[in-house]
Amino acid sequence: MSLLLDNMPALLIAVSLFGAFLIPIFGRFLPKIRDPWVILVSFLASLIAVINAVTVFTKGTVVYVFGAAAGSSAASIDSGGLPFRIIFTIDGFGAFMLLSAAIVSFAVILYLVSSQKERSGKSEFYALYLLLTAGIFGMVSTGDMFNFFVFLEINSLAAAALVSYHRNGGIAVEGALKYLIVNTVGGLMVLLSIGLLYAQYDSLNMAVIASQMTWTTLNIVALVLFITALAMKAGTVPFHYATPDAYSVAPSGITALMVVASQAGLYGLFRILFTVYGGALNTVTVGWVIIILGILSMVIGVTMALPQKDVKRLLAYHAVSQTGYMLLGVGVALAVLGDPVALSAYGQTAMEGGLFHIINHALYKGLLFLAVGAVIYRTGVWNLNKLGGLGHNMKWTMIFFLIGALAIAGIPPFNGFASKLMIYESVFAFNPILSVIAMIVSILTLASFMKVFHSVFMGPKLPEFENVKEVPKLMIAGMVILTIFVIGFGLVPDLVVDSIVTPAADALLNQGSYIAAVLGGVL
Amino acid sequence: MIGDLLTGYGFWNPLIWVVVMVIGLLFAWLVWRCGESSYDKDTEQTKPYLSGNDEPPKGDVHIRGGNMYWGFTHALKGYYDKIIPLHSGVVNDYLTWFLIGVIVIFVVVIVI
Repeated sequence: MSLLLDNMPALLIAVSLFGAFLIPIFGRFLPKIRDPWVILVSFLASLIAVINAVTVFTKGTVVYVFGAAAGSSAASIDSGGLPFRIIFTIDGFGAFMLLSAAIVSFAVILYLVSSQKERSGKSEFYALYLLLTAGIFGMVSTGDMFNFFVFLEINSLAAAALVSYHRNGGIAVEGALKYLIVNTVGGLMVLLSIGLLYAQYDSLNMAVIASQMTWTTLNIVALVLFITALAMKAGTVPFHYATPDAYSVAPSGITALMVVASQAGLYGLFRILFTVYGGALNTVTVGWVIIILGILSMVIGVTMALPQKDVKRLLAYHAVSQTGYMLLGVGVALAVLGDPVALSAYGQTAMEGGLFHIINHALYKGLLFLAVGAVIYRTGVWNLNKLGGLGHNMKWTMIFFLIGALAIAGIPPFNGFASKLMIYESVFAFNPILSVIAMIVSILTLASFMKVFHSVFMGPKLPEFENVKEVPKLMIAGMVILTIFVIGFGLVPDLVVDSIVTPAADALLNQGSYIAAVLGGVL
Repeated sequence: MIGDLLTGYGFWNPLIWVVVMVIGLLFAWLVWRCGESSYDKDTEQTKPYLSGNDEPPKGDVHIRGGNMYWGFTHALKGYYDKIIPLHSGVVNDYLTWFLIGVIVIFVVVIVI
């Protein structure tokens, strides 16, 4: 038992990978146990992620050194004080992201096992799903720059393969190809930036680089490449173009997890800004860069969503728009990082609002994609001009969609309201105009979702959908899990903020504690 | 108190909000109870009255997604005429935007 607990960070990746590679064997020789196996592996991986997160929230940052005895320090005695092994460093922010990924990935696999039942090629599909999960878990856990790049690539490649899995007349393949090309270029830029840092600091360890970081031209080049590449992974305007193309054609369950996969890019961006660069940054300028990217994402995302007729493309543009809120909150915190008074007055709240919105968005956007996927699963129709009256036949799906729609629009008492309120009020203290823009975007979001809700579920029962039935119970179960969290996080936001969001914000704001957790007094 | 989320300026308590909403719904239900109770299902009473005209087919009366917010998009035609073509679907354009972003952010960070 102790051995298991000591190696929980490694199991985080090992379970998903081991499970993934066994799936094709089960699919070939024991097809009946394949689906239960996928659910079991996903459950175990999520459970391990939750255990790791709870450990971090109760005991502090977890540092796990691969290839060393459990509990070894990052820098071994014979290494000259430099950590050379791959390490996982899970602090409050990493634990927070692990929780988000764990909840969504398990809810989605329940949904997928049912929705993919009639499809072919399921073994490879589920294997890729678990690889995507492993990629996300790895990105938010690692303390090694190159290891981060490897998990980023696993994340992007698995996601692209899953997007194209059901070719859908070639459209899905086109969407996946664009996603792949754009993310490959982004990945190469990340690799180039890592190379620039490695060439200077002789280390790939984030804590080592962070402890020696200075504001030089070479580091600025690396920073700009990090920002643009990871913002592209997160679907931020003006690097967002492939996001709607891929989200709109992927299987709906996959799109729900891809929201979390994109947020892993956001995790990387914030990790680089606060932990690796931290105090060395020109925080005001870079903070404003992040704020402007956020405002552009919010405005262009929502205004592009409004006229969409393809329901999944509409949701995809809203994903872009919601990412803007996260960037706005965290950008404000970054802009006032050098001003302790402003940071304490509103910067910390802005940061917490932005981070809280990450997990909220993963939950309600996941729910919305699953609900829309349920509609497509039963009707085969994506076009809002051809849908209508489905509330008569798909009551549960309608309720889930409505809850997700109200949450994303920031209507109380759902979770989206709590995080948006924190962003509005804290950002208002920084710059009222930014806060007003955020509120207007919320109004437009509500308008857009009322359009979708009315177009899909309201109105008389249409003859072409006379025989449409509610989706199977397992698909409902996936949506129920996310709904519980959307409502729960909305009803007790103080508990959520105190227990998981504040530790995440503190972890980002205290660069020194991250470095000390890894290096102690070594460097 | 459980549920109090501090926002820096004040607080938000969803549990109080829920209690107020429940009281509001209870009041609405009481008003509804005072209404006409001689309503008969599956009779002429349930049919929409359209000035004596026959009810059109169901599909014709449903307001489709494309019918909504046309005024909004029309009012912002100048904006949409510029922004929609940027989403060309051509991956070369996507990467051009990436390059533009890199250059602009680099110049901003260096100069300011």
